Amino acid sequence: MNAAIWAMQAFTGLSTFCVLLLMALGLAIIFGQMGVINMAHGEFMTVGAYTTYLLSEVSQRWLPGLTNWYFFLSIAVSFLLAGAFGLLVEHLMIRKLYRRPLDTLLATWGLSLIMQQGFRSVFGAREVSAKLPDWLMGSVKPSAAIDIPINGLVVIGLTAALTALVFFALFSTRFGIDVRATMQNRPMASAAGINTARVDRLTFGLGCGLAGVAGAAFTTIGSTGPTSGSAYIVDTFLVVVFGGAQSLFGTIASAFSIAQTQATTEFFMTGSMAKVVTLSAIILILMVRPQGLFALKVRR
Amino acid sequence: MPVAESSRRPAASVALRHVTTVLFNDARRRENIYFGVLAVLLLVGFPLLLDTFHLNLVGKYLTYAFVALGLVLCWGYGGILSLGQGVFFGLGGYCMAMFLKLEASDIASTSIQSTPGIPDFMDWNQLTKLPAFWVPFKSLFLTVVAIPLVPSVLALALSAAMFKRRVGGVYFAIITQAVAAILSILIIGQQGYTGGVNGITDLKTLHGWDIRSDSAKMILYFVNAALLLGAIALSFSIIRSKLGRLLLAVRDREERVLFTGYDVANIKTVVFVLAAAFSAVGGAMFTLQVGFMSPSFVGIVPSIEMVICAAVGGRTSLLGAVYGTLIVNYGKTYFSEAFPELWLFVIGALFIAVVMIFPDGLAGLDLRKALHGLLTRASGFARKRKKPAALVPPAAPSAPQTNAGSQ
Repeated sequence: MNAAIWAMQAFTGLSTFCVLLLMALGLAIIFGQMGVINMAHGEFMTVGAYTTYLLSEVSQRWLPGLTNWYFFLSIAVSFLLAGAFGLLVEHLMIRKLYRRPLDTLLATWGLSLIMQQGFRSVFGAREVSAKLPDWLMGSVKPSAAIDIPINGLVVIGLTAALTALVFFALFSTRFGIDVRATMQNRPMASAAGINTARVDRLTFGLGCGLAGVAGAAFTTIGSTGPTSGSAYIVDTFLVVVFGGAQSLFGTIASAFSIAQTQATTEFFMTGSMAKVVTLSAIILILMVRPQGLFALKVRR
Repeated sequence: MPVAESSRRPAASVALRHVTTVLFNDARRRENIYFGVLAVLLLVGFPLLLDTFHLNLVGKYLTYAFVALGLVLCWGYGGILSLGQGVFFGLGGYCMAMFLKLEASDIASTSIQSTPGIPDFMDWNQLTKLPAFWVPFKSLFLTVVAIPLVPSVLALALSAAMFKRRVGGVYFAIITQAVAAILSILIIGQQGYTGGVNGITDLKTLHGWDIRSDSAKMILYFVNAALLLGAIALSFSIIRSKLGRLLLAVRDREERVLFTGYDVANIKTVVFVLAAAFSAVGGAMFTLQVGFMSPSFVGIVPSIEMVICAAVGGRTSLLGAVYGTLIVNYGKTYFSEAFPELWLFVIGALFIAVVMIFPDGLAGLDLRKALHGLLTRASGFARKRKKPAALVPPAAPSAPQTNAGSQ
C-alpha cells in the first residue's frame, strides 16, 4: 500500500515535471541563446492548445475517420502555427529590441495581454476542452492500488521525444552548431560567417513552435482558457533561471527538482502553501547561487 | 543663432523663444518650475475642479504614483527593473489595513463573534487568538514605523544578496516577479491570517477619526498629495546629488563604475530600498483613502501595470511618473467601465508602443519644439497664401536646442 502511494506520488511529480519541461524547453532555447525574455511564451502555448481544440472540432464534424488520430496531426500543426507566429513576432518586434532585454520583457508582456484578449474575443472566456480520442482516456493498472492514466503517459512520452529532438537539433545538426556558437560568442560566430540574425530568427521560431507543441500536449490533461498559458509563465521562467540559463541539462534537472519538490510538499500541506514553499526555496537558492544549477563555463 | 535664420521666424515664435529661454534655459530651474506646476495642480487645481468622489479617485491614482516614482528612480535612473513593486505597495497597505482592522474590531462591535475582539475573517476561520504578528499593529506608532520599515527590510534582504553577486537585469526582474507571485499566493492561501482573496475590508476609523466621511477623504487627499510632492522633492535632491550621477553611471556603464572603485551593489541597494519605501507609503495611503486592501494589488499583474505607468510618463522623468500614472489609471477606469473588452488591447498596445515608438514617454514629447514647429508652420502657411513659391521657408525648421544638460 505504501509503495502504491509512493508510485502515485512519483507519477504526479513526473507529470508536473513534463508540463514544466515542455514549457521550459522553448523558453530555455530563446532565453539561453538570445537573452530575450519572452513573456508571451505562455500565449504561444495557448495557440497550440486552441489549435488542437479546433482540429478536434473539425475532425468530429467533417472528418470522423480522423478522430482517433487527429492528435498527432494537431501536434504538427500547432508547431507550425505557433512557430510561424513566432517568426512574425520576431520580425516585427523582437528583432529591434535585442540590445534592450528589459524592454523586450515589457513589449512581450504587452503582446501577451493582446493575445489573451484576442483568445477571449474569439473563443470566449470559458474554458474549452478538446474531445480526446477513446484510446487516450483509459488508464493502466499494474496493480490494484496503482492507477496510471494513459494521457499522462502520452505526455511523458511526448516530452521525452521532444527533448530528444531538441538535443539532436542542437548537438547534431549544422543549425545546432550555429546556435551554440552564437550563444557562446556572438561577435566571433558572426565573424566566422554565421548569419546570427538568421539564427536568432530561427531560434525564436523554434522556441515558439515548441511552446505550441506543449500547448497541444496540455489539452490531453487539462482544459484550455484564454489565460491558461500565463498561469505557467512565472514557474517556467524560474525553471530556466534555476537550471542555469544556457544549459539544457540544467533546465531538465531544475524542472525535475522543482516538480518533485512541488509534488512532495503538496503531499504534506495545501497546494498554495506547497507552491509558496517551492518558489521561496528556489529564490533562496538563487540568491546564494545566482548562476543556477548548471552554469555554462564561457569566457566572456 | 544666426540672424538670418531668426529673422525668418514669426514674431510670436521669437518672443516665445525669448521668454522660454530666460525661464527654461537652466535645466534645474526648468524642473523646479514644472514641479511648481504639478504642486499647484495637485494642491489647488484638482481640489477646485473635482467633486469629492473624483478627488478621491485621483487620490487613489496618486498612491500608485509613489510606486511609479520609485520605479523611475530604480529603473529609469538605476537600470534595475523590478516587476515586484506591488509587493511593497501591498505590504505598506496591509500594515495600515491591519491597524485599521484591529481598531474596527473592538470587543463591542464584534460581540456576536465566537471570539470577540479579533477581526471577523479570523473568527470565520476558527482562529481564537490574535496571531503574534498582528499584535504590534495595535499601536499606531508601531504601525507608522512598520509601513516603510517592513518593505524596506524585505527589499534590503532581496537586493543586497543579489546585487552583491552582481545579479541584475532580466534575472532580477524575474525574481522580483516570482516574489510578487509568492506573496499574493501566500495572502490568498492564508485566509485566517490575512483575510484571503477578499483582503482586509470594513475599515472604519483611524485613531477614532472616521476615514469614510467626505471631510476625511478631503484631508487624506491633501496629506497624500503633500507626501507625494515631498517624495518627488526628495527624489530630485537624490538625482541632483552625487548618488544620482552614480546611479546613471551604473545604469549605463556598470563595470566602469566598479573599476573606478565604487561599490555598485550598495548604490543599487540604496535606490531599490528607497523605491520600496516609497511604494509602501503609497500603499498605506491607498488603504486609508480607499478603505480596504486586497491581494489584487500585490501580485504580478498590478506590479507590471505600475511599470507601464512609469514608462508612459517617461522612465527618467520624476514628474512624468505622476502624469503617466494619472493617465494610465484614468484610462483603465474609463475603459473598464465603457469597453471592458478593449482595455487589455489598449494596455497591451501601450506596452509595445512605449517600448518601440516613444521610449521616453510623455516626458520625451518636447512641448516647446512642438509649439515652435506649429507656430512656424502656421505662419509659413499664411505667408504661402500671400506670396507663393520663392520665399516659403522650409516646412518645419528644427527648433533651437536650448535644453542643454536636460535628461
